[in-house]
Amino acid sequence: MISDIAKEAISLILHGDKELLKIVALSLEVSGSALIFSTALGLPLAALMGLAEFPGKTFLVNLINTFMGIPPVVVGLVLYLLLSRSGILGFMGLLYTPTAMMIAQTVLSFPIVVALCHTAIVSVDPIIRQAAEALGATRLQVAMTVIREARYGIISAITAAFGRLMAEVGAILIVGGNIAGYTRVMTTTIAMETDKGNFELAVALGIILLSISMVINLLICKLQGKKGSFRTL
Amino acid sequence: MKLRLCLSNICKSYGKIPVLYNCSYSFDNGGVYVIMGKNGSGKSTLLRIAALLETPDIGTVEYYSEDIPQKHDIELKRRITLVLPKIGIFNTSVYNNVAYGLKIRGMKGKDLNDRVRDVLNFVGLSHKIKQNALTLSSGEAQRLGIARAIAINPDFLFLDEPTSFIDEENTKIVEDIILQLKCEEKSTIVMTTHDKSQAERLGDTILVMSKGRLNPI
Repeated sequence: MISDIAKEAISLILHGDKELLKIVALSLEVSGSALIFSTALGLPLAALMGLAEFPGKTFLVNLINTFMGIPPVVVGLVLYLLLSRSGILGFMGLLYTPTAMMIAQTVLSFPIVVALCHTAIVSVDPIIRQAAEALGATRLQVAMTVIREARYGIISAITAAFGRLMAEVGAILIVGGNIAGYTRVMTTTIAMETDKGNFELAVALGIILLSISMVINLLICKLQGKKGSFRTL
Repeated sequence: MKLRLCLSNICKSYGKIPVLYNCSYSFDNGGVYVIMGKNGSGKSTLLRIAALLETPDIGTVEYYSEDIPQKHDIELKRRITLVLPKIGIFNTSVYNNVAYGLKIRGMKGKDLNDRVRDVLNFVGLSHKIKQNALTLSSGEAQRLGIARAIAINPDFLFLDEPTSFIDEENTKIVEDIILQLKCEEKSTIVMTTHDKSQAERLGDTILVMSKGRLNPI
C-alpha cells in the first residue's frame, strides 16, 4: 500500500499536477514574501543591536530571543483576534487571505532573522571594526563593513528562517483558513489530506517540502563551510 | 602640509589600573619614532589614543598643520592610520583589502586600480592580488596591513608591533618596507617594538614607555 501511495505521489510530481503546483507556488509566495519583509525589518534592527549601545539593549535582545521560540499557534491566535471582524484590525478584511498568512509568517520569522543575524554580526572579530575605523571609515561605513564580514552568517540566518516558514502550519491555518485554491499551502494541505485519508497528494507535497528543506540545508552547509575555511588574521 | 602631533598630559586607566600617566610628547620632526617598553606598559594604548581611535581620560591629543590646530573630525582621522598587531583582514580579496581605504575616500576607476597595484608591488604582494586575503600567511598579512595603510598616503602612520607575530624573513621584508617609507619622507611613522636592535635599525628617535610616560632613551 505504501509503495502504491509513493508511486502515485511521484507521478503527481512528475506530471506537474496543476493543483499541486498551485499549492507549491502559493507556499513559496507566502513564505518568500514574509521572509523579504522580516529581513528588511529585521536586519537593520539586528545591526543596531549588534553595533550600537543604547538603553534597554539587553532587554531587547532577551525579548527577541524569547520570541524566537513563540508557538506559531499563539501567533495565529493573536492575529486572528486582531484581524477578525470584531478585532481592532477587522476593518481591513484581511482574515482568510494570503496577506494575513504573510503577516503571520512575517511575525514568526522576524525574531528568528533578528536573533540569528544579531549573533552573526556580534561574532565578527572586533578587530575588523577597529581596522575599518583606523582606515578612516565613518560610523556607517564601519557598520556596513561589519555586516559584509557577517554575510555568510546572515545568509545562513535568512535561510534558516525560510526553512522554518516553509514548514510552518499552525499560524497560517488559523489566519488563512486553508481555502482551496486561495489560501491552501503545502503544510495545511498535508494536514488536511492526511485527515481525509487521501495520502497521495499529502506524500507528494511532503516530498517537495523535504526537497526544499534539503536544498536549504545544503546551502547552509556550503555557506558555513565557506565561512569556516579561512582562519582569522 | 605635514601634520605635527602633540600629546599633552595624557592619562588613561582601564578600571582601576592606570596605563598612561601624564604622558606628554611632540612628534614634530618627521621620520621614524620607535617606542619600546614592556608588555602592558601602555604602548598600544598610546598609539590608539594618538590615532584618535580611543579617547584619553585626561589630557589632549592635538594635531597641527602649519601650527593651526586641526579639528578632530573625519577629515583629520583620514590623514592618520594605525596598523594593529592583529591586522583585521577583511574576508575578501587582497585587492579589495587595499582598495578599502581608497574607496571610502571616493577613489574609483583607473586611479584606484593603479594605486592598489602600485602599493601591492611596493610590499611584494602583487602576485596575490586576486587571492582571498584570509589565506595569506602571517607575514604576508602583515605586509597587506601595511599596504592597506600606506595606500591612503597618511601623514601619520602608526604601526603597533608590526613584526611581533612574523618570522625572521618576513621581519626583514617589513623592516625594508619601513626603511623605504622613511626614505620617501611622505609619512611620519610611529611604531612600537620589543626588539632593541630593530629600534636602532629603523628609528630616528627611540623612546621608552615606562611608568605610563614616554622618555627619550
